[in-house]
Order: sequence, then C-alpha cells, then structure tokens
Amino acid sequence: MASLSAQQLAANRGRLFKDRAARYGVTLGGIMVLVALLLIFFYLLYVVQPIFRSVDLTEEQSFSLPNSAGVKAVGMEEQAEIGYRLMSSGELQFFALHDKPAVERKAGDIISGDQVADAAKITSFASSLPVSKQYAYGLNDGSAVVLQPKFGVTFAENSETGLTERTITPRIETLNNGDPLVVDEQGQPLEQLAYDTDGEAMLFAAVQGGNNLLITKYTAEENFMTGEVTLKPIFSRISLNGNIDDLIVTPDLRQVMARRGNRVHVFDVGTGGDVTERELMVIDSREQGNATGMYLLAGASSVLLTHDSGLISQWFQVSTDQGRKYQYIRSFDAGSPVENIEVEYYRRTFYTVSENGDLGIFHTTSEADLYRGKPLEAKLQNVMVDPRANYLIMQSGDRFSVFDVDNEHPEVTWSAMWQEVWYEGYPEPDYTWQSTSGSDDFESKFSLVPIAFGTIKAAAYAMLFAIPIGLAAAVYTAYFMSPSVRKYVKPTVEIMEALPTVILGFLAGLWLAPVIERYLPGVIAILLLVPAAIILTAFLWSKLPSKIRNTVNDGRAALLLIPIVLLVGWFSFGLSPWVEETLFDGNVRGYLTNELGISFDQRNSLVVGIAMGFAVIPTIFSIAEDAVFSVPKHLSNGSLALGATPWQTLTKVVLLTASPGIFSAVMMGLGRAVGETMIVLMATGNTPIMDWNIFEGMRTLSANIAVEMPESEVGSSHYRILFLAAFVLFIFTFFFNTIAEFVRQRLRDKYSSM
Amino acid sequence: MKTWFKSGKPWIWLTAGSVSISLIAVIGLILMIGWRGLSFFWPAAIHEMSIEQADGSTRSLIGEIYDSESVPTLRVSNAGTIMDGYEEEEVTRYLMKIGNREYVPLDFAWVLGPAIRSDETPSGLAVIERTKDGNFYGYPIALEQQGEPVVTDGDLRTELFKRVERAVELNERAMALQENEIGAINYQLNQLNLERRSMELDGNVTQEALDDFERRREALQSEYLEYEKELFALREEAGRDSVIMRDMRGEEIKVPMYQVLDVNFPNDMGFFAKLGHFFQQIGKFVSEPPREANTEGGVFPAIFGTVFMVLLMSIIVTPFGVIAAVYLHEYAGKNAVTKLIRIAVINLAGVPSIVYGVFGLGFFVYMVGGSLDQVFYPEALPSPTFGTPGVLWSAVTLAILTLPVVIVSTEEGLSRIPSNLREGSLSLGATKWETIWRIVIPMASPAIMTGLILAVARAAGEVAPLMLVGVVKSAPMLPMDGNFPYFHLDRKFMHLGFHIYDVGFQSPNVEAARPLVYATSFLLITVIVGLNLTAIGVRNHLREKYRSLEQ
Repeated sequence: MASLSAQQLAANRGRLFKDRAARYGVTLGGIMVLVALLLIFFYLLYVVQPIFRSVDLTEEQSFSLPNSAGVKAVGMEEQAEIGYRLMSSGELQFFALHDKPAVERKAGDIISGDQVADAAKITSFASSLPVSKQYAYGLNDGSAVVLQPKFGVTFAENSETGLTERTITPRIETLNNGDPLVVDEQGQPLEQLAYDTDGEAMLFAAVQGGNNLLITKYTAEENFMTGEVTLKPIFSRISLNGNIDDLIVTPDLRQVMARRGNRVHVFDVGTGGDVTERELMVIDSREQGNATGMYLLAGASSVLLTHDSGLISQWFQVSTDQGRKYQYIRSFDAGSPVENIEVEYYRRTFYTVSENGDLGIFHTTSEADLYRGKPLEAKLQNVMVDPRANYLIMQSGDRFSVFDVDNEHPEVTWSAMWQEVWYEGYPEPDYTWQSTSGSDDFESKFSLVPIAFGTIKAAAYAMLFAIPIGLAAAVYTAYFMSPSVRKYVKPTVEIMEALPTVILGFLAGLWLAPVIERYLPGVIAILLLVPAAIILTAFLWSKLPSKIRNTVNDGRAALLLIPIVLLVGWFSFGLSPWVEETLFDGNVRGYLTNELGISFDQRNSLVVGIAMGFAVIPTIFSIAEDAVFSVPKHLSNGSLALGATPWQTLTKVVLLTASPGIFSAVMMGLGRAVGETMIVLMATGNTPIMDWNIFEGMRTLSANIAVEMPESEVGSSHYRILFLAAFVLFIFTFFFNTIAEFVRQRLRDKYSSM
Repeated sequence: MKTWFKSGKPWIWLTAGSVSISLIAVIGLILMIGWRGLSFFWPAAIHEMSIEQADGSTRSLIGEIYDSESVPTLRVSNAGTIMDGYEEEEVTRYLMKIGNREYVPLDFAWVLGPAIRSDETPSGLAVIERTKDGNFYGYPIALEQQGEPVVTDGDLRTELFKRVERAVELNERAMALQENEIGAINYQLNQLNLERRSMELDGNVTQEALDDFERRREALQSEYLEYEKELFALREEAGRDSVIMRDMRGEEIKVPMYQVLDVNFPNDMGFFAKLGHFFQQIGKFVSEPPREANTEGGVFPAIFGTVFMVLLMSIIVTPFGVIAAVYLHEYAGKNAVTKLIRIAVINLAGVPSIVYGVFGLGFFVYMVGGSLDQVFYPEALPSPTFGTPGVLWSAVTLAILTLPVVIVSTEEGLSRIPSNLREGSLSLGATKWETIWRIVIPMASPAIMTGLILAVARAAGEVAPLMLVGVVKSAPMLPMDGNFPYFHLDRKFMHLGFHIYDVGFQSPNVEAARPLVYATSFLLITVIVGLNLTAIGVRNHLREKYRSLEQ
C-alpha cells in the first residue's frame, strides 16, 4: 500500500515537473515573439548606427626621424606598411610605419633612400593631387625633376609557417629617366611650382620674380617609326600685377589657378597648351577674412581657401548665364587660422592643421565637422593620410605618429539626408538620390527626401482611391446589406487581400498602364460618370412602381448596380476614342504635354493609385466593416425608433460610435500602402523625382531597397543607408499599427461595456 | 427630388456602388487572368494572310492572331500610313505572331485591318515548337535522314510524327543522362575537392591520402568519360533527321529534328483534339523547365522551389506560432508583458515585407550564415555556402513574416473551445499541460491548420523579401536531388511570384513572354485563392462545430 502511494507520488512528481517545464517553455515561446520584433528593431539599428558615429583616432606608433625640419612632403602606400618623405635636400627616404618582426624591422627604421635632385639647385617643390602621387622639385636653371615613389607587392609562402606573406618593396621612378624637364626656356630659377599629370600629359605652372606666371605643358609623342616616346613642351608666360601667393594645377590639366591676396586668377589651358584667362574669383575678406592658402579637393572640382579668420571656404564651378563660374559655396570653421590642408585620395574629406596645433577633420558635401582637437601633446605641424583613409601620420618636429582613423561614413549626416545639399557641379542646393555611377570621381548623393516623398505620394494616391471605396463598401456591407448577400460578399472582398501583390503589380504595369494611356479620356470619364450613373439609377429606381421595387430591397442594391457599373465602364471606354478625336485632335498625351505642360509617363501615379488602392481596399474594408457591424444594435434601433431615417442613423449614431474603428482601419491601410513594394516597383518608372503630378511616377523607399539592395556592397554607406530606409519604414508602420491597435482595443472595451 | 435627396437614399446607393466596384474588381481580375492564362494553352488557328503593302504589292504572312485593338484612323494616318479611301473613324489593328525568329527581323508584326486582302486558315499548316528561337510556322514538305530525302509512302504527316517522337525520346534520354548521372559525378568531384581542401586546412595531409584522392578522382573521371560518350552518341542519333518546311516567304528551310519538341496542325484539329492538346499543354507547362531565358517552356522549377520553400517554412513556423498562441491564450496574465507581446504580434503582421527581406539578408544571410561558414564550411571559403542567399534563409525569413498569421488564427481557435471542457479535464485531476496537450490542442488542430494554410498562401505570394534572401531567375539545380544529403538548403531557388516579375519585366522579349506570365499568374492565383477558400471553409466548419458543443 505504501509503495503504491509512493509510486503515485513519484509519478505525480514527474507530471508536476512536466507541467512546470511546459509552463516555462510556453512562456519562453510567447516571449520569443517579442524578442523577434526587438531583434528586427535592434539589428536594423545596429547596422545603421555606424553612419552616425563620429571620427575615432587611436595612436598606433610613434617614432622619431632625424632632420625632419626640412621635410617637404610625407606619404605612405596602401597597406600603411611603408611611408616615405621628401626632404628639402632633394632626398627621398622610405621608412617603416609599423613593426615587422619577420624581417626584424621596427617602426621608424629607414628602409632605403636616394638623392633625386641636387640639393644646391633646388628652389621650389610641388606635389600632384594624392591620386597620381607624383612630386616635382623646381631647380634654379628653370627645369624640374619629377619623381614618383612606387611599391611592388609580392606574395611568397613562408617555408616554416606555411602561410603566405606579403613583401612590399619600395622604389623610386623618375620621369624622363631622371633628366629634369625644362619649364622655363630662359633658364631662370623657379620660385614657386605647381604640377599635375593625367598619366599622359604633364602641366607645370611656375612663378618667377613674384608676378611672372609660366605655364608649360608637356605632351607625350610617339615616333611612328621607332615607337620611341618623346616629351614635347609648349611654353606660355603671363605677367600679373602683383605677387602670386599660391599656385595650383588641376589634374585634368585644363586649369591653372593663381592666388594673389584675395583674388584668384583662373586660366584655361587648351589641349594644345594655349592659355587664356577665364575668370577672376574675388574673395569677400570682410565675410571670410583674408585668404591665406589655396588647395584642391579630391575629384578636383572644388577649391578650398583658408582664411586668417580660421574659416575654410569651398568654391566650385556653377553654371550661370555667363557660362561656368567659380562660386562661393560654403565654409567651415577650424577655430584658429589654418596652416595646412591635407585632402583625401577619393572622398571629399579634408584634414586641417591650425596655428594652435589643432587637427580638424571635415567633409565638404555633408558639411560635416567630424573632429577637432589636439591628438598630439606637442604642436601638430603636418598631417598625412593613406590612400584608403585608414591611417594618419602626424608630424611634430622630428616626431612622427601613426594614427588609426575610424571614419567610415563621413559623407552621411542627418542633415545631408534630409536637407538640400549643394553638390559639386549642381547649379543650386537640391534633394538628390543618386547612389551609383560609372565614373570614379563620382560622389554618391544620398538624400532620402525624394524617395520619402515618393513613398508619401504613392500612399496618398492609393489612399485617395481606397478610402472612399473601402469605407463606403464597408459601411454598406455592415449596415445595409442583407445578411444572405453579406455572407458571400465579405469573403469575396477579403480574398482580394490574399491576391499576391506581384500579380497586381504585373497587371498594373503591363495591362492597366497601356490601357490608361490609350483610353485616358475614358478613364477620367469613368471617375465622373459612375457616381452620376449610380445616383441616376437610384432615382429611377425610386420612381418605379413599388411592386417591382419591393422585389429588390436596398440590401441588394449592390448586386443591382453591378451591371450598371459595367455598362457605364464599357460606355466610357467606347466613348474614349471619340472624345479624343473631337476634343484633343486624336492625341491626349500630346495635348497634355504641349498645351498644359504636364509631362506624362506611361507608368504613373494614377496607375499606382488604382493598383495599390485595390491592394489596400480589403484591409480598410475588413477592419471598418467589423467596427461598423459590431456597433450594438440597440443604439441604431433606438435612433430608428425615434424617427430618424436609416441614413441619419448611420451618420449620426453608427459612424460616430464606430469612428475609432474606422480610424484604425485607415491607419492600417496607410501602413500597408507605405510599405508595399512589388506594385510600385512594377507600376512606376522608379525615378526619384519630386512632383505631385499624377501622370508622373515616383520611387518609394521600399522599391528603392528592392532595386538597390542586391547591388550594394556590404558595410558601405550605401548599404547602411538602405538599412536606414528599412528602419524608417519599420518605425513608420510601427507607429501606424500601434496607434490603430490601441484605438481598436479601446473601442472593444467601450462596446463590451455598452 | 429634394426630399429624396434628404432621405439619404442616393448616398446609400453610392455606398452600394462601391461594393459593386470592389466586387467587379475582384471577380473581373480573377476572370481576366483566368481567361488570358488559359487561352494561352488553347491551340490557336494559324492564319495565312495576304497583305497589301504601301507600294501596292502584296506579301503573305503566316502566324497566329495574338492581339487586336481598334485605334482612331486619324492617329494611324498621322503616323504616316496612307489611309486613302478608308472612311471609318476607327481601324482595327492585329498583332500577328509570325515566329521564325531567326529568319525575320521581328517575330511579331502589326497588320492593319484594311490592308488584309485575303485571310484563310488552310489545312496543312504546321506549328513546330522548338528548343531554340521559339515557334516555327510553315508547311512541311519533305523529310530528310542524314541529308538524304526520305521516301514516304504518301503520308508525310504520320512519318513526321513518328520521327519527332523518336527525336524527343532521344533528347529526353540525353537530358536525363546529363542531369542524373553526369550531374552526380560533377557533384562528387566537387565534394572530393572540398574534402581535400578541408584536410589541407586541418594540416594533416599525407601522401597516402593524396594518392587515394587521386585514385578516386581518376575513377570518377573515367566514369564521366563513359557517360559523355554515351551522351554524344544519343545526341548524334537525335540529330539524324530533319524536316524541310516552306515558310511564309516561300523559301524552303531545313529544321533539324533535334530542335523539335512538338509538331501540330491546329487548323486540322477538331474540338476534342484541341481539348486534348489544351490539357497536354497545361501538363507540359507545370512539368517542364523553362527555355530561352524563361520566355518559353514550363515553370516546373518555380513550382518546385515555391512548394519546397513553403514546406520548409511551415515546419519552422508551426511550432513557434502554436506555442505563442497557447501562451497568449492559456498562460499569459493580464499584465504589461502580455500587452507588449500583443503589440508585437500586430506589428509583426504590419511591418512591410521588404523590411523582413532587409533583416533576413543582413541578419540571417550575412551574420548567421557567414558565421556558419566560418565554423562548418571553411574548406569552401571564400565562396560562401550558407553566407549567401538561399532557400533556408528564405524559409526562415518568411517564417517570421507569417508567424502572426498562425498565432492569430490559432488563438481564435483556442478561444472558441468552450471553457467547460478545460474545467472538466482539470477537475478530473489532469495538470494544466496535460489538459492543453490532450484536450485543447487536438480540438484546436483545425484552427492551427487554418492558420498554416493562410500562412502558406501568404508565403506563396510574397516576392519582395525573397528577392533579397534567395530567389533567382534561373536556378541550375533544384534544392532537392539524388545526391547525398538530398536536401540542399544552401541552394538558391526559383519562385512563381518572382518568375512573374522577372519574365514580365526583365525578359528580353516581353511580348512573347506575356501569355506565359498570365499563365503563371493564373497558376499562382488558383493555388492561393484555393488555399484561402479552404481555410475559410475549415474555419466556418469549426465555428459550427463549437457552437454545437457549447449548447
């Protein structure tokens, strides 16, 4: 007996344990739903947040190199393993930037070096833009030596570890086999020098005697017989009245700019080497302060000017009535006067060194002030960035420090995404979405405004179509329709919700769009004629003898109207060619474009409005119908008993009571319209334009993601901005859905208390 | 009149009108897709027309009438066509499908009604379905065997059918050989390479193992050569015959038999022959792979991919959905957490599907898949195994997307089970879990089924997220085949919905592909509407049943 109850107890213990385990398991499963939603939220946020991170600098190495006072330029190769410096003595030295134990090399060790120009003859120095990475020493005999540090990379397997190791070997390449190129025919010393190359031709600009500008262009000519390449110079000389302070040459070799105080002379250089003065930029010294220096930005479309007020101003060419002119665009504040600017290789980011030793990091297009501070204890003198913009070298006296820079997305700021931005070459600030292009100099334009606008436009036209039909249909079905009909009508309309949107989109794009284009007057006629015909039918119906009228009551009017609507539709389409011929000379599209100035796309907002409207109608219909139907019957019965007509009861009692439900139906519908992808993808041209014109298309957030996501590089700014677009959609719909749900809950509580 | 307006009747009728419009839209849409989709399979008559050209000469056209429309005469004459002596305000234009793509500049031609001098559907016109360059229309005039004319005793047609059948059978055998035997060898070779690479990564490569690999590789290689020889033999056999056709230009063209899939004489078919052909075409459509950049052939891989993905998704979503619903209905108290979970369910249902796609791509594909590759498939790197869009990630992504559908439906089912059943069970001494497991869930199983059906219907129609997490326009291999481990969850797949988007909007020849898109749409709509109607049916049945239980 005792053993039996013990057994039972044991069995019960097992059952209780199972029961408890199940409780925890099921609870966990329930909470998983919440976790899933939070996971989506936080994962999207996790991918998006790096674009808003500020710049991070961490010091990795610090070493000293002797004789650094006379350094003209510092640079490094792509892997940031080896750096180099060009001395005023005409020597180029390569040195290690990081320790490399495999070859017993420490940061700061000199690897190799060479004398490239005679120290006694050097009078000036110039460097090209970082992309071509060439340097020129100007000599006292009117010539210049051009050189380029090069790095050979080899991979070899280490016999001990079996791993592949990279070896980088630096070497120096000099142009014209080390022979100086003549810049001044008369052989006078070059006091200032500017140089750049496009890979084939070279352009020098030099200053002599303070105000004489020499412009010399070298073009490579190939001898047809021997294939030997010779460099052929063309010389020009211009005198300016005043000392030239700064000189730059654009890498397309088309322009030379000479700064004389607060004036910048811009010269055009023709392909044949002929020089003409193009324009004179005048700097407003009261606004900006006096100019102190001039630099080219990556991409070479923009000029940066430093001012003694601590401002840096950006200028680029803008189309005006008098052709393309340099124009002041925007300025940045570095706090104290800037001594030196270093520009990045590809992006529009630049680094400033101020008088007080501050380092500043700015991005022009996004107007971002990314970093300002003193990374070194000693006064910063010089800063230098590597081709991939991952490392900075900072120089202070003989001390060199290598910093790791974390600055992945300088071009993205909140304001650049949501405000007008003045992009290089654009006539005015604008909202632009253009993520990719064929050219290397291209700057991605990530304004979310046009696509957010497109989303709202698409949703608005869809709602314009869906709200009246959806709500009216819901009200009729719930309140007037006879139950026997309602039993079939409701599921039929709800089946519409189940139709794949890809099919609606396909029909909209390939069937509806051409139909609307061909029968545009007919489509507009339908919008006017159908309501008119319905009212007319109703009127005629009320005049019929009551015997006939009673066979079909109001509850079946919807069925009665189907043939009427079909007939009117058929009539409108039949009328369409006739209207087109008599009123618009047989060409409505031409009339719209030529007479009214409205451009017409085949896949336009009207198509999207109709197609997406039909996708949204069932959502609105279903929720609103439920809300109206569940209004307690005693309310409407009471109203009817007091003598109100059914319509009065509907508008004054039923709709008022159900209004929160109707509101939540509209919100749900809006949420669906905002996020719908396939219909807009297929039924619009997907051009990111900002225009309310119903005959033009748009690009929405969701379609933009669908189109561009597969092509974006993982981790790039583009990728993260697409995630941001998804995040915006998520928040948008979260907001609508949560409001709708709250309102619905309240309504349910209210009904249950009535 | 005024009182009539005041009574509100016109407004009531207007609301009734919107119901009519909605009904017309739904039913019209389904009927239109059905009509256009099905008429694609019905053998169309082949017309031989003689068309008057601008210079007064005539040319003959052979083809199907594909579409027709009426346009204002003014527009036609404005476009430069001379319409002298034509008084009507409108003119009918016919779009003719003339096929023979490699011999004419365009395989579709517009013909103006008044320019047609004669139009007949002569007997003896054949349409040849080919593996390449679409249909061929013309009169068969002779047969050739290895370049020599075949003497037929009078009946060319029977002989033609016989030889087409032979060529088709040989082609099928060659195809089967290529897909099964040769495909298996390629797969094994690939696996062998991976095995070797993985051994290298582990660092225990021995000479013995290398020799073994080499031996196995050679064995496979020689096997491959055998099959290849067989394949070439089959192909050569199939290329034995050809048929000489006279096309609409009057030229004689040799169509090699190995290109021929089917020959028909629609003008000579009776109603029942046409009906038979109709069903045969439908059968081919659902069982054959697509050809010519998806613009011809069937949609079998898309059907297979859709079904496979949806089944996988069901396996994932059902337990989670049911557990969540059981929690919400049976365990959850009236507190803030429950409220939060309910909001989460509503929001999961409302979040745009493309957001799930973005999340799936970032989280499942790159993050989870990338980590799986690092841990389990280092030998295949840098080419990803699971770190790339595939059928598994699509199923998982859609499982989250359809989770609320299952939850809502299951919960509704649970709430309909009368509470006295639960109380009865509890009073007999069963624990809560036993009550749920033995009484509640079995009773709610039709509701769970309904939820699952609705989820499947939703997943089958969803395209936007799949575009990011695994669907492709053409998958060389199905996600299931005869090679171990039989299910290849890392593979990409084809999907009916995406097929519609791809063929309708990104195909090189949209005009030729359009009927195919309608047919695919019809197939998809049939499946989805069918599933939904089933779900509604099950639910209604269930409601009736519980109502009787409660009384």
